[in-house]
Amino acid sequence: MHDMLADTADAVIVDLGGCVRMSAVKPGDRGEIVEVRADHEAGHGVDVHELERRLLEFGFVEGARFEVLHEGAIWKDPIAIRLDDMRVALRRRDAEDVWVRLDTQ
Amino acid sequence: MSEAVIRPARVALVGNPNTGKTALFNALTGSRQKVANYAGVTVERKEGHVVTAAGRSLSILDLPGTYSLRARSPDEVVTRDAVLGRLAGEQAPDVVVAVADATNLRLVLRLILELKAVGRPMVLALNMYDIAQRQGLRIDLEGLQRDLGCPIVTTVATRKRGIDELTAQVDALIASGALATENVWHELSAGEIRAAHREAQRILKAYVRPPERPDTLTGKVDAVLLHPVAGLAILFGLLFLMFQAVFTWATPAQDAIDAGFQWLGAHAASELPDGLFRSFISDGVIAGVGSVLVFLPQILVLFFFIILLEDFGYMARAAFLMDRIMGGAGLHGRAFIPLLSSFACAIPGIMSTRVIDNKRDRLTTILVAPLMTCSARIPVYTLIIGAFIPNTKVNGLSLQGLVMFGLYAAGIVSALAVSFVLRKVFWRGAVEPFLMELPTYKTPSAENVLRNLLLRAQIFVSRAGRIIFPIMIVVWFLSTFPGPPAGASDPAINYSLAGRLGHLLEPLLSPIGFNWQMTVALIPGFAAREVAVAALGTVYSIGDADSHVGALATQLAKHWSLATGLSFLAWYIFAPQCASTLGVVKRETNSWRWPIIMFLYMTGLAYLASLLAYRGAVAMGWG
Repeated sequence: MHDMLADTADAVIVDLGGCVRMSAVKPGDRGEIVEVRADHEAGHGVDVHELERRLLEFGFVEGARFEVLHEGAIWKDPIAIRLDDMRVALRRRDAEDVWVRLDTQ
Repeated sequence: MSEAVIRPARVALVGNPNTGKTALFNALTGSRQKVANYAGVTVERKEGHVVTAAGRSLSILDLPGTYSLRARSPDEVVTRDAVLGRLAGEQAPDVVVAVADATNLRLVLRLILELKAVGRPMVLALNMYDIAQRQGLRIDLEGLQRDLGCPIVTTVATRKRGIDELTAQVDALIASGALATENVWHELSAGEIRAAHREAQRILKAYVRPPERPDTLTGKVDAVLLHPVAGLAILFGLLFLMFQAVFTWATPAQDAIDAGFQWLGAHAASELPDGLFRSFISDGVIAGVGSVLVFLPQILVLFFFIILLEDFGYMARAAFLMDRIMGGAGLHGRAFIPLLSSFACAIPGIMSTRVIDNKRDRLTTILVAPLMTCSARIPVYTLIIGAFIPNTKVNGLSLQGLVMFGLYAAGIVSALAVSFVLRKVFWRGAVEPFLMELPTYKTPSAENVLRNLLLRAQIFVSRAGRIIFPIMIVVWFLSTFPGPPAGASDPAINYSLAGRLGHLLEPLLSPIGFNWQMTVALIPGFAAREVAVAALGTVYSIGDADSHVGALATQLAKHWSLATGLSFLAWYIFAPQCASTLGVVKRETNSWRWPIIMFLYMTGLAYLASLLAYRGAVAMGWG
């Protein structure tokens, strides 16, 4: 499946064992971003590589630390997270492409 | 010196959103600024002037905030093209001033790396430096300056600190003959963005020591304002407060403007000789301008709140809270502000859709904005409710108030329904990503709020004026020509083109319970919704209907059935009875296609709603 990443050549290819998608996190979770990998079409208005670039531009980048701060009232969406030293809001569907490793508490 | 006399040096301010860039622009240029549009696009072009201590004249361009030069919205395209010198009618800046929030350097460092690739001489302004110092954030300015290869100035724009140093640095850079190097910028690939992040991380690590006392206020405030229950309750409380203010604070000013224009109209009428020219000046020009300016107080109150909340950092939170609620209807969280503005008037609402990156999201918002109950509908609603809805109480609530509330609710629900249909039927699937920075909370500066407010007022008056004024003239022409024949007994409007058009439309509108007086009143009412009140007064020969609303209501109650009254209310929820809105849509979308689509769908909905209301009411025996 990694050959889909052809034009994101230097994306860190890592073992995602023990990782979860950021779309599955809940408030209070902390951890580190392991990989940003746009690999499935989920009906975004933009193609997967564009979504990946937008995530990267907002600082969703391998190695970044995060903490989930809040979630919305309806379907617990969107989520507000602290990403390194800034606060960012995003929808869970857009967070699907961000793989994270949660700290064990 | 002589060069400075020939032309001022061009300086462009570039930075992330929420870095105090506009505050810096205001601090630099004070009142020496002007707003226009970039050629061919509807993005605001803010330019100001400042003279440096050394006597050099600088022309400062405040570019829209962006996270990268890879432009996604019309605003960001302007920033990219202005920096690259590709913008039609603009030359590349001599110096780029990168504006950074000193407490939040990570993302702006990446932008700075992109700007460096463009090769223009650059100065970095580390703004909000006081907050950084208060937090105990240490920045090795010497090292950072050396590493980035550009001079750094620390500023506190809201207190006007560091402004002279900044202009001195820009001046020195120009004086030293720093030339633009080759532009090697290109759109970054995902891999290059990752590399830029690593580079930014290296720079941060080397020259910035994390704050000893990081901001904890924002987290504490967010715990309340973003709370799923309390946060929404506060948001709705704020909205309620805003509406109260829009309608109560603005009323005295509106009455004054109204009275002023009536006095002016009457004065002109008595000064000028009777005839066409008098009618043109008094009924066309003065009444036309007045009917637009009367909304200025409400728009100012509304924008006062919006600017205040925006500067405080709350608007991003409002978008967060509303995203799913509006997202269910296919609207973007950012559509919240434009739709909110549309309660005062759809025109500033449609103008403010520019904050929405995606074209489809923006079009959806533009198309549904006029369904929000704007304040021009209120005179019409008040008249019809006063005439047909008994002033009784239902469960302790005023029935008239409930109907008014119902009309507002109908507007909101239909806006959501229309955007839902647009999303599901016409623009299937494509949902834009929703990624948004939640800025740290900041105390708004009174000066900046006032300056922005003045700017909004100026934009509304000049743009709306340019579009609305000609339309007013056309409507005046239609309702005046041809004049009545000698000895005519009916009101003059009955003989005019508008009157004929009204009669022509009558068979079309009689199934929904409209009589010819109503269809005739709809034509001048197309200039602006509230004009329908005056027009009804004219066709029912109530002279000055505006100040005799009671008399007009009595007349209507006598001539119309309840079913007709309800049908007219239903019509006004949906009908595009506002040529100015259509004009603004044409301007904002740069095509006649969307105003035409808007006109057709809104008229269709209005006809359907009126038909249902009329037939339903007749079936209930209210015909």
